[in-house]
Amino acid sequence: MRTYDITTRLGLQGKVRQYGDSGPAVVYFHGVSGLFAEEPFLEHLADSGYTVHAPQWPGYGEEPTEDRLMDMQDFALHGWDVVDAIGAHTGDKPHVMGLDFGAMIAAEMACLAPRDLSKLVLIGPLGLWLDAHPIADLFATLPYEFPRLLFADADLGTSLMTGGFNFEDPKAIEAFMISNSRRLGTAGKVLFPIPNRRLSKRLYRLCAPTLLAWGAEDRFIAPQHFAPAWKALVPHATVVEVPEAGHLVTLERPEQLAVQVAAFLDH
Amino acid sequence: MRFCWFNLMPWPDLPDNFREESNSVWVDIPQKYFDPRRANAVYHEYMDQLEFADACGFDGIGVNEHHQNGYGIMPSPNLIAAGLARRTSRAAICVIGNSIALYNPPIRVAEEFAMLDVISGGRLVAGFPVGTPMDTNFCYGQIPALTRDKYLEAHELIMRAWHEDEPFAFDGKYNQLRYVNCWPKPIQRPNPPIYVPGGGSVETWDFCLDNDYNYSYLSFSGYKAGKMLMDGYWNRVAERGKDLSPYRASFAQVICTAESDAQAEELYSEHILYFYNRCLHVDPRFADPPGYRTIKTIKAGALSQLRESRQKAFAELTWKNLVEGGYVIAGGPDTVRERMEDMIKGLRIGMVFGLFQMGDMPDWKVRINTQLFAEKVMPQLRNMWPEYAGDDRWWIHPMEDRVQPEATFAERLRQERP
Repeated sequence: MRTYDITTRLGLQGKVRQYGDSGPAVVYFHGVSGLFAEEPFLEHLADSGYTVHAPQWPGYGEEPTEDRLMDMQDFALHGWDVVDAIGAHTGDKPHVMGLDFGAMIAAEMACLAPRDLSKLVLIGPLGLWLDAHPIADLFATLPYEFPRLLFADADLGTSLMTGGFNFEDPKAIEAFMISNSRRLGTAGKVLFPIPNRRLSKRLYRLCAPTLLAWGAEDRFIAPQHFAPAWKALVPHATVVEVPEAGHLVTLERPEQLAVQVAAFLDH
Repeated sequence: MRFCWFNLMPWPDLPDNFREESNSVWVDIPQKYFDPRRANAVYHEYMDQLEFADACGFDGIGVNEHHQNGYGIMPSPNLIAAGLARRTSRAAICVIGNSIALYNPPIRVAEEFAMLDVISGGRLVAGFPVGTPMDTNFCYGQIPALTRDKYLEAHELIMRAWHEDEPFAFDGKYNQLRYVNCWPKPIQRPNPPIYVPGGGSVETWDFCLDNDYNYSYLSFSGYKAGKMLMDGYWNRVAERGKDLSPYRASFAQVICTAESDAQAEELYSEHILYFYNRCLHVDPRFADPPGYRTIKTIKAGALSQLRESRQKAFAELTWKNLVEGGYVIAGGPDTVRERMEDMIKGLRIGMVFGLFQMGDMPDWKVRINTQLFAEKVMPQLRNMWPEYAGDDRWWIHPMEDRVQPEATFAERLRQERP
């Protein structure tokens, strides 16, 4: 893995992690939680013969939230600006992939410019809303509640998410509050109060082959309700569920997920 | 020194086991506790109390805005203020205030505040809160990270609408209006006095100082806990090279006046405990949506509701804790006066928002509290800031020849009492 800097045409600077250095380009947009220190799923995918670029979304680093990115249109255009800045646009069209919030952005990008990508991979995507199955309110979730919401195995989730973080320690809470405020403050521009920016009106435009991947035990965006909803709007999509994994399947069952995604991209 | 009699308008019928039965007093408070037929009497009682405070000689009578809240049944303070503007003629009508980021378009606030100022003959004090996360984000769906930006734009629009004499186009990020032409305009020119209630955001201090607005620290933790924050505010005032007039700042304080200290406990304790034990039962999930507070404010240590221990602390407070901790200023007139002096000097404030009705306090006790304070305490506190005696920069300037209500509450009182 290496990290490099990019500057978009708008002038936004950012960091991109690159996993692997040969094979077709995959641009991965991280989820609401941001990029974790270790991203084993991306490593496995690189090992399967892909060059994975994982940009950090503006506002997720130390810099203040980016005022120029206010709404979903700004976000989707920034997504394409990042693809351009990475250089993944030249030559073969890149695969575009994302997790929850990143998947919502990836789907918007694909609706906006459906012929500019090769394949689309949406992992536990946000973007649709079902009145009968309201998604948990991330903005009203206390720090210690995240692992149970996001992992099938909450204990494993606590150690994976926090690396031994102690939620009773005020200093640790403050550090968490600051980083969480950066992340969800930014993501809130397209997720608050309801993570629905009318993507459903535009999904008819998708023409790239699309994979919808879920942790089978996702308690945040339950696949039993949301996979059919997506499938109804994107009939050509393939749905896979990875067993014994919650929402953050990228951390909980990275290898199994990578096998499924590589199989879809290879096909 | 000025005194505003403030009514939060709490719902008085939350059950004894409210904390156990309910998730939160705010945002998702169970509907089963509200009874509209009972509320008929509650609203009138609370509005009568505000009129009574006017008759007792308080400088201002105050109302505020909360949504889906068990301790404030006043989603529209302007409706209450309109009633008060008709039935009083002397006190300032302090609407502290309208959450201007919630009005779409915010020109609505410019118009309604102008109406209130005109109907009251120039007695409006206009409050512009950024709004709590509970009201602004969770009840009214505003995006946390954009709330402050939207607030600033709403403020700019309202002030321009009041100040400019020609229609203008406003092309904002959140509001696009081709013809802004505020009609009616307020009596007080260029605008009524502006008060900005804050809960501790550092940015709010600078906003107040940039515009020379009053900073009102509204907390329920009392003057001892408020000292650190107000010291921070005054340091900022000095850093900015502004004069240190105490009228720049206000503070909200629970006040319980009786004939003696013992009687204060006997009369008010259960109602004050009702407030602290039940009305402050706010789910910490609703207190701090990520993005609402700036990183600067988080680093300044202003967050504290997050820890469950803090929530539990309110539930376990006793009358003794509340009085000793300064949450409540309670006692006979001498005790209350001494504590008030400590507060006024300690926090350096020119205006107190006095909370005399709290929790489920019945009307007759509210009136004892109010009248004793007005007669035996307030007169002795008037001259706390002699060096700033003429400073009316943060106060109303009513019309001399304004319309007087035909029979004000005050006059009726005088007629009833020979």
